[in-house]
Amino acid sequence: MKEHITIVKVCLLAGKIMLKSGAETSRVEDTMNRIAAAYDLENVQSYATPTAINFSIGVATETNFLRINNRSTDLHKIAVVNHISRQITAGELDAREALRTIKHIDDKKLHFPGWVQIIAAAFVSGSFAYMFGGTWPDVLPAFIAGAAGFAGMIACDRLVDIRFVSEFLGGFIIGILAVAFLHYGFGASLDRVIIGAVMPMVPGVPITNAVRDLMAGHLVAGLSKGVEAGLTAFAIGAGIALVFGLV
Amino acid sequence: MIIVAHLITSFIASAGFGILFNAPRRDLVHSGLVGMFGWILYYTLTTHEMDIVPATVLGAMLVAVLSQVFARFRKTPIIIFNISGIIPLVPGGVAYDAMQHFVENDYFTGVQLSAQVMLLSGGIAIGLMFSEVINQIIRKFPARR
Repeated sequence: MKEHITIVKVCLLAGKIMLKSGAETSRVEDTMNRIAAAYDLENVQSYATPTAINFSIGVATETNFLRINNRSTDLHKIAVVNHISRQITAGELDAREALRTIKHIDDKKLHFPGWVQIIAAAFVSGSFAYMFGGTWPDVLPAFIAGAAGFAGMIACDRLVDIRFVSEFLGGFIIGILAVAFLHYGFGASLDRVIIGAVMPMVPGVPITNAVRDLMAGHLVAGLSKGVEAGLTAFAIGAGIALVFGLV
Repeated sequence: MIIVAHLITSFIASAGFGILFNAPRRDLVHSGLVGMFGWILYYTLTTHEMDIVPATVLGAMLVAVLSQVFARFRKTPIIIFNISGIIPLVPGGVAYDAMQHFVENDYFTGVQLSAQVMLLSGGIAIGLMFSEVINQIIRKFPARR
């Protein structure tokens, strides 16, 4: 029986890390089921939504529940958990060892440091300004505005718990900078500069993932992810609209 | 010349998003390449006057196939490559544009753009799914015989 508890813990923790890192719902459930199956559990039931996981090891046994609070995208952790689940299915890890490794991953911070992310955001912004029909003069303003907006969003994220506020602030900074650049003669098209600069923050991938979840039959997860993505787009749009309202 | 510029910028954009999404360091170049090829296919098709939705579907299919190949090759989950790879195709900019029109009281354009967002993201989902389906069929075939 004690063995069972360890297995449940492994499954829940693996599911939690994957959900927090932005994996698709079907991948999360699939991983949990595979791990359980590797430890000879049959009839496992798992149900994941963006905010919670339900998991039970049989039809008429107790159900375990785990709340998920913060979500972001962290592909590195998904890759690591995937690797561990492969090891488990291959029979290379027993339950206790697996629990120890997976706890270790949960505590670990694999993020790129903030300044690297800001630089990456700057390059992304500049590139998109050109790709979406801008001209070369648009690239540098988008580069700077994108970096500043993203930095503002990260900084605000550390101070305030509400995602909406930091995204709103990011949009606002980008709007002000873009308008200022154009006013002083840098950049050719305000639209292109802004579109490029908001690209690092904009929820393109969450929207696509929401539709993918819906198509795979995860209706609750798909709808809630879609709403979350819509809210992000709204926050950024409102931040920039505020600038236009002020100017 | 324009194509070269697009190749470079789309590579930077996809690899940069790989950093934002915290992809493993050793896979960054590959995610950049996947994104680059997807975008170039989309760009060439749209400049030859194809509609953006089918062009997005085809671009996403190419992204999915390449991600599948890289995932096999490098033994990492496919999500690492296809998430960074679809970045240039994804309708984030359009979604923002739609919201921008909504908050400026231009509901008509806002609704139009939102519908486009739905179609584009649906197109990407279909493109990604298509390659998964093919993959499943290929995997199941020898087992049946």
